[in-house]
Amino acid sequence: MTKTVASDQSSVISGQSSVTGPEGREPPTDHWSLITDHSLQKVFDKPGLLLTTSHNLCPGCGEPVALRTILELIQEMELRDRTICVCGIGCYTAFPGIIDIDVQQALHGRAPSVATGVKRVLPDSFVFTLQGDGDMVSEGLQEVIHTAARGEKVTAVLLNNGVFGETGGHMTTTSVIGQHTKTSVGGRSVEKHGHPIQISELLAPLDGVAYVARGAMHTAAAIKWTKQCLRDAFQSQLDGKGFSLVEILTMCPTDWFVAPEAGPGWLEDKLKATYPLRVIKAS
Amino acid sequence: MEGSQALAEAAVQAGCRFYAGYPITPSTEILEYMSVRLPQVGGVCMNAESEIEAIGMVWGAAGCGVRAMTASTGQGISLMQESFAELANAQIPVVVVNMCRGQGDYFQSTRGGGHGDYRFIVLSPSSAQEAADLTMQAFYLAEKWRNPVMIMGDFLLSHTSELVEFRPLDEASLPPKTWATTGAKGRKAITLSPLGPSEKLSTNVAAALANVIGKHPDIKDQEVRCDAGLLDDAELVVVAFGFPGRFVKYAVRLAREEGLRVGYIRPISLWPFPSEIVAHAAQRAKAVAVFELNAGQMIEDVQLAVLGRAPVISIGGISHDHSGFGVGPMLNVEYILQRICDVYPRRAMTA
Repeated sequence: MTKTVASDQSSVISGQSSVTGPEGREPPTDHWSLITDHSLQKVFDKPGLLLTTSHNLCPGCGEPVALRTILELIQEMELRDRTICVCGIGCYTAFPGIIDIDVQQALHGRAPSVATGVKRVLPDSFVFTLQGDGDMVSEGLQEVIHTAARGEKVTAVLLNNGVFGETGGHMTTTSVIGQHTKTSVGGRSVEKHGHPIQISELLAPLDGVAYVARGAMHTAAAIKWTKQCLRDAFQSQLDGKGFSLVEILTMCPTDWFVAPEAGPGWLEDKLKATYPLRVIKAS
Repeated sequence: MEGSQALAEAAVQAGCRFYAGYPITPSTEILEYMSVRLPQVGGVCMNAESEIEAIGMVWGAAGCGVRAMTASTGQGISLMQESFAELANAQIPVVVVNMCRGQGDYFQSTRGGGHGDYRFIVLSPSSAQEAADLTMQAFYLAEKWRNPVMIMGDFLLSHTSELVEFRPLDEASLPPKTWATTGAKGRKAITLSPLGPSEKLSTNVAAALANVIGKHPDIKDQEVRCDAGLLDDAELVVVAFGFPGRFVKYAVRLAREEGLRVGYIRPISLWPFPSEIVAHAAQRAKAVAVFELNAGQMIEDVQLAVLGRAPVISIGGISHDHSGFGVGPMLNVEYILQRICDVYPRRAMTA
């Protein structure tokens, strides 16, 4: 990744898509190559492990931001050559084809067992799972609990948006009380639907678990903090300490039925209230 | 060795280095054996927390190019069906043992309860020796075709002790495992997925799935395995598989001693089914009888092969001991001989 500082600190170039010039000049709209002002330098780019500059998910989705953060770390920690990602089923199932990393695509809920098989036969590999809340906490709860209890040296990454995004907005185990989904019209109620599961707090007490933290993708500060959590989780796997989990709250404006720009606020007000950002266990 | 142990040892000698299983009678002995044996050769045996997790672990290990196996019994196999369908779609060469109670899992083994257009190659041994041989073939075939292979056994196979010789195969012709996820050191990264192609940025899902089923005709052409005999002059052909197939073979010999012109066919590969051999025999015979310890499952494959050339008669049935696991009263040579005599086409013989 290119990471040089621009001569003009206010120049920020994001990927290959847009440029904000200094002093509010009208920027070139299409491509980096069109920039003729050589005092500008590229200060921000997609991670090299990302093979495209676009994704197929909705505007305002938090999952691509989480993917980018993970890829940046794998690159920074120089893990690419021994990384195997085990991907669950959800919107993020669009990711395996666009990342320059070996991936095993698992079935819905089954990623922790597949990751167990991978890590046990390739103990020197770096293994992480990518699962949503429907995948890990609804369908695959038993799998992740046993994998954590066995202390498998893998890192589970949970992308928690409190809703089945891929199916179009249905209630998952982690939907918060009061949350309106297509299967909890008028809001999730304790009477009708029971309580959400806080999987991070559930798994942390298990002896096989070395590291658990919950981050979020809704602000720059949260992303930065979450990246450090991921780094600590990855490092705990590399140090052979046991199972690690990073739960990442992600925006799903489409299935929260809000505008894309309202996603971060919804996450802050609704999701974070049930799922506070914190390191729950570190050893 | 017991059939279960012979099968497990053959797997180890064929290079199996990962096993995950959940105990269930009568497949438990394979798990027990592997838990002791695999660590001796640097392998891993997982006492999984469920059948669903067992097949998931085997999926992960096999996806890394390591030979991996699981075993269960009909009920546990039912729980694995979702993964079976997708393992076939992802073209991951796992070996699965279905050590059945009775033979009620013929449909389950040859059709499966999973979704989509998948097929398992299914091999059915009738002795401990054949279990060992077919297990080695199973690993070979799984990698040759990049398709899961199932070994369908039964209670008697699992628990009968016989002399066994281990005869590893020459596997020089097997292709390199370019599909295995091992970390992409020095090469392009790949995706091993039941949902689409392995190349990054490719969206040709239809071609990937067509590739999965495209090999089915070739497997049917090349991998039929069958034990048959006394067919040349047979008026009645008896079809039976697995350990009961051995009983039938013996009963057929006794029938011959009584002057009845009876032949036998024992399908060893249940998929692909030896349809041509059955069809050929039915051309000459007056009747075809099927002995299987279930309500009539393989008989449908026999009927499809016979295609009306001769009447197809069931002489088996559901037969269990009091436990529901073990050998029932029908698995008895005298009973089978009586049934053969009952359905023997006598009018034709006297004509």
